Amino acid sequence: MIQIKNLHKSYKMGASSLHVLKGINFEVEEGELVAIMGSSGSGKSTLLNILGMLDVADEGDYILDNVPIKDLNETKAAKYRNKFLGFVFQSFNLINYKSALENVSLPLYYQGIARKERQVLALDYLQRVGLKDWATHLPSELSGGQKQRVAIARAMASRPKVLLADEPTGALDTKTSYEVMDLIQKINQEGKTILVVTHEPDIAQMCKRIVQLKDGVIIEDKKVEQVIASKYVQ
Amino acid sequence: MNSLKALFDQDTWQEIFGSISKNRTRTVITVIGVLWGIFIYIALSGAAKGLDNGFERQFENIAMNSMFVWAQRTSIPYDGFKIGRNIELKLSDIEYLKKRVPEIEFVAPRNARGVFGGTSPLVVRKNKSSNYNVYGDFPEYTKIATKKIYDGGRFINEEDIKYRRKVCVIGERTQTELFAEDENPIGQYVRIDNIYFQVIGVHKYVPGGGFESDGDIFIPFETYRQIYNSGESVQWFTIAAYDDADVVAVEKDIKAVLKRIHRVSPDDERAFGGFNLGEIFNKIVGFSKGMTLLSLIVGIATIIAGVIGIGNILLISVKERTKELGVRRALGATPAEVRNQIIIESVFLTLVAGILGIILGAFVLAGINAATLDLTDFPYTNPTVPIPYILGALFIMVFLGTLIGLIPAQRAVSIKPIDALREE
Ligand SMILES: Nc1ncnc2c1ncn2[C@@H]1O[C@H](COP(=O)(O)OP(=O)(O)OP(=O)(O)O)[C@@H](O)[C@H]1O
Ligand SMILES: [Mg+2]
Repeated sequence: MIQIKNLHKSYKMGASSLHVLKGINFEVEEGELVAIMGSSGSGKSTLLNILGMLDVADEGDYILDNVPIKDLNETKAAKYRNKFLGFVFQSFNLINYKSALENVSLPLYYQGIARKERQVLALDYLQRVGLKDWATHLPSELSGGQKQRVAIARAMASRPKVLLADEPTGALDTKTSYEVMDLIQKINQEGKTILVVTHEPDIAQMCKRIVQLKDGVIIEDKKVEQVIASKYVQ
Repeated sequence: MNSLKALFDQDTWQEIFGSISKNRTRTVITVIGVLWGIFIYIALSGAAKGLDNGFERQFENIAMNSMFVWAQRTSIPYDGFKIGRNIELKLSDIEYLKKRVPEIEFVAPRNARGVFGGTSPLVVRKNKSSNYNVYGDFPEYTKIATKKIYDGGRFINEEDIKYRRKVCVIGERTQTELFAEDENPIGQYVRIDNIYFQVIGVHKYVPGGGFESDGDIFIPFETYRQIYNSGESVQWFTIAAYDDADVVAVEKDIKAVLKRIHRVSPDDERAFGGFNLGEIFNKIVGFSKGMTLLSLIVGIATIIAGVIGIGNILLISVKERTKELGVRRALGATPAEVRNQIIIESVFLTLVAGILGIILGAFVLAGINAATLDLTDFPYTNPTVPIPYILGALFIMVFLGTLIGLIPAQRAVSIKPIDALREE
């Protein structure tokens, strides 16, 4: 599903430049649930953003679902994002003046799906994350966990190939974090490929594979025995 | 092409209404700016048009490029004559004038009793009587100053002149003062200075246009000449020049010719008097044109200021919404879609504001119209703004709205989505 080879990225800041990713090589199969770990500043978000086509690498190859991702202009990147990728952010990034339902239907709008159909689909995804009754509520009326579940529903609504989550539990307490991970595991069980950036070892243990980043290179890449989140959720 | 599709897409509007109604204060402030602009424009240019119409109505019964010319006393001794000689215009002057000043279209010599000094003749009908000014006129006079004659009547014609008929055209006041209400004055007789005249018409008085009044009586020039013994003399000429002539120059030429005929020094400015309606009219037209132009400039400047205000506020709102726009782009909004949304927002706000302003302006004009309806002596009629002006204003607003929307739209897509998302 994802192949990257020799990926480099540096940030120029005035005269100096900061080499953040120094040759990343890895592959992700379809249906994997990968945790990306590493200390702060190790380049996790940078990597995820490049995978998400929100940012571009300086060097290296990136193939997503057998499509080589290169020579991206903004329009092309937007279309790829819409078609291939779902994003979940640490700070949820819901649009505050839109209801839960409207937020979930937004990627469908950009896919050009008709309004009626959009609403049916969006409601369906809200139901899957257990928030059907909250469809008309604004984000400000939702708890952190609920917001993140709306965000996950939104990421899933466009039926992406890959779900990219940058510290999806970073702003949540342990119990809510596990609920969110339970949801992510269920989506994964349906066959979706998911990458999760996290600091927390217990969250990482709920994935099937852990990739350790340090100073811009992968220092460890191992399969793990998955901890089932639902056991910790009553 | 793409943006056109977006324009007719219900979802685009859904998004725009969402963002407009969710940012109410911003929307209201924005709308007020442009609304004010278009309102000023409509109110001012409508008012200017009203003034314009008003002046036009004042002059509608008299040829625009006409003038009166009369003789006075000389102020310079000349050709053996002493200073202070009385000059009299003669009927024979007409031929010279027409020959020497080809710009003249019509000349109507006029004599009158009671207008310039002297008493107005006594007019008697049965047991009623009053004094009215009496004019001796040629039919040509109506080619310069139209006289509206009430149904059933007519003005003086060539036959009346030829046979020196004792006929007269009376004013509407004369009719009400001398005749009973249900009486038809046409065909009836009145006595003017003890001579019987048959009434052939009643003229409708139109305000403006000199010293005439609603009581004036017109009789054939030749009849006047006979009964008042005026001989060859003419009190004043009413002269109309052709439409394309320069009335000021024509007046100068006419006076020069008259000076030559009557042997007056070419430098004598006092020997002949003149009142140039054309010149005055041109000044008024210039004034109301100036008013229209001024209102156009002020209005358009205000509209531009309003639209720039919209641009500013959209720019601020785009900055405020950087993160939202980043999220939208992460979810798959293309730069064109983001750009179009902001431009359509800009145009939509501009148009809504503009239409509200036009409606408000129309109400104010209707108010002014109602208030000035009974003012006959104030030149103000039917203050309207021509439809093309309004369409033009709307077009300018759409155009400016698009143009100004481009700035925030460009700014919205100039940020990389990753930077937009990072914004707090
Ligand atoms: N736009 C940018 N301009 C300059 N430097 C940047 C930019 N984005 C990230 N960096 C730098 O690149 C390095 C890696 O950043 P990145 O956000 O990938 O780290 P991270 O592993 O996600 O850290 P954290 O766990 O704190 O989120 C950091 O040193 C950061 O300061
Ligand atoms: Mg990070």
